[in-house]
Amino acid sequence: MTPDLMQEGEQRLASYQQREAALRTESGGRNASLARPVVAGEVDVTHGRILYLEDVHVSFDGFKAINGLSLDIAPGELRCIIGPNGAGKTTMMDIITGKTRLDSGTVFFGSTIDLLRYKEPEIAAMGIGRKFQKPTVFEQLSVFENLELALKTHKGIASSMLFKLSGAQKDRIAEVLHTIHLAGSVTRQAGLLSHGQKQWLEIGMLLVQEPKLLLLDEPVAGMTDEETVRTAELFLTLKGKHSLMVVEHDMSFIDTISEKVTVLCDGSVLAEGTLAEVQADERVIEVYLGR
Amino acid sequence: MTTQSISIELPKPAPLLSAKGWTAFLLALTMVCAVAPALNLWVPEDSALHLSDYMLGLLGKFMCYAICALAIDLIWGYTGILSLGHGLFFALGGYVMGMYLMREAAGPDALPAFMGFLDWKELPWHWALSGSFAATVLLVFLVPGLIGGLFGYFAFRSRIKGVYFSIITQALTYAAMLLFFRNETGFGGNNGFTGFRTLLGYSVNSKAMHVLLFALSGLALLGCFLFSRWLMRSKYGRVLQAVRDAESRTMFCGYNPLPYKLSIWVISAMMCGLAGALYVPQVGIINPSEMSVGNSIEMAVWTAVGGRASLVGPIIGAFAVNGGKSWLTVAAPEYWLYVLGALFIVVTLFMPGGLIRLPQQLRQWREKRKAQVKAPLNQAAAAGAKTTAEPASADALEGVRA
Repeated sequence: MTPDLMQEGEQRLASYQQREAALRTESGGRNASLARPVVAGEVDVTHGRILYLEDVHVSFDGFKAINGLSLDIAPGELRCIIGPNGAGKTTMMDIITGKTRLDSGTVFFGSTIDLLRYKEPEIAAMGIGRKFQKPTVFEQLSVFENLELALKTHKGIASSMLFKLSGAQKDRIAEVLHTIHLAGSVTRQAGLLSHGQKQWLEIGMLLVQEPKLLLLDEPVAGMTDEETVRTAELFLTLKGKHSLMVVEHDMSFIDTISEKVTVLCDGSVLAEGTLAEVQADERVIEVYLGR
Repeated sequence: MTTQSISIELPKPAPLLSAKGWTAFLLALTMVCAVAPALNLWVPEDSALHLSDYMLGLLGKFMCYAICALAIDLIWGYTGILSLGHGLFFALGGYVMGMYLMREAAGPDALPAFMGFLDWKELPWHWALSGSFAATVLLVFLVPGLIGGLFGYFAFRSRIKGVYFSIITQALTYAAMLLFFRNETGFGGNNGFTGFRTLLGYSVNSKAMHVLLFALSGLALLGCFLFSRWLMRSKYGRVLQAVRDAESRTMFCGYNPLPYKLSIWVISAMMCGLAGALYVPQVGIINPSEMSVGNSIEMAVWTAVGGRASLVGPIIGAFAVNGGKSWLTVAAPEYWLYVLGALFIVVTLFMPGGLIRLPQQLRQWREKRKAQVKAPLNQAAAAGAKTTAEPASADALEGVRA
């Protein structure tokens, strides 16, 4: 091969990489979806938003649980949501995961997937994982079996009957077991784990699903200080690879992990910014102290 | 977080049966297919080892019941859906077989006798396939499967759960019983089907046929057991348990519970249908009282007594409860229903694990008892033990964290 061909190749590669890098910025602008066919069930984040809620309204028997909520999350972002009780944090997660139906509004996953058109298992399969407020693991099954069930794979009945763990899946489970510090209790029944360990197991079950967006409802509730620190470390390593939405009350925990905090109140966004900013906000102080 | 390269020993999938399990299985197989028939046919009647015709018939019936108990265990013990209407599927299988036997008893061109009494001139449409044995065998599975599937689809789709579901299954079997009681539905009304003569041309009342049906029931039971074991040790079985313990979590793991519940419900209904089809030629009669509410409840009792979420348990339960019933209905017939009711209460309150977990439960109870007796005698020692136990558990926690 002649040197100029090599050179030209290098140049082309460089310009290609440059172009790709340009596309990966916050928003791809008008190039965003250029020559990217919309694939059913595959999330398209080229517009720089993995989750997008606009003007969402939900009411239960006249009580407005969510009232004109608009919120968006960027790919790889770790967003903390705070707010007083009854602000609609859990309802918002119910909406995103398909558990609660809207009265009106828009909920998009990426720029192409309208989440309102799917049911819970479909939304989970598309890559939105959810951790509940109260840790819910399969208590009668072992830690390993819990993770095995959550693995990203075909979830139909026939494939479950004939399911065999592949080498790669075993490695994945082993890796997650290390990440969640449960490598020592692989065969332990999940019901016998401590509260903090159950929380971790549940996070592990989300991780093996390889979700793109993780919704975590009070992940450190009931954890010891040491466990909380470890959880914070874990979340910081997940940031970037996954998008995370964390609902928490523990301010010191939020301080360690967050860059951007959203304050919900009465079903809509009250303030948004860094923790210091929102803590300085008059209205936020009022809703937290005024009640 | 360091990425450790130490690989974790992940548990291997459990074998279909352990070595011990296979031994027991093969033993049961020879008992059913060789030993019991030989004891009945070739051991002289005055010998102590002789298995009487009565006992053979009784055991054959029990094995059909055991299949039902197993079927209920799959849907109740493993999936957490209590059905109080499995008697319907049992009876449906029985009726399909009964229709075939009636046709054969009547002869190729004649109508079954009860239709003559009703002055019917031709076969109703739903008797069309009853002349063929192959179709009958197929329908034994298909009819309970389809009816169960249809009912289950609507019930599970509407997310009907718990006690509401149980009540609806009761209503279903009761409604079916009323339907079958009517003469114009073409199922022999009140009397049902009886007076069977031949099965595939061989007399149903011969000794050889009794032994054959006994062996077939045993094979069906062992087959159902092996199939259930295969199902429950696959990931499918674990998903069912996951649905039982935390259905919403299962959904957020990406599983749609509907096909899972529906498939195990249909499998369970089909197993009951098979049991019914084997039961009818052995007892020589099928009538709508098989669909009575009490029968279905009794089936659930067998499973509860034997032990839910274990496959051997329900089989033991079916034999134990029915054995007790056979003995007691002769010894003190008026008390049987009281005993059954008391049994259900005692098992639910004091033996939630059923007979199969009784030894384990007793062992735990004895250990607890021992600890209680020791405690007042030597409190200081107990306190000492406690302080030594605590660091140990702390160590264990350390181990987990490390």
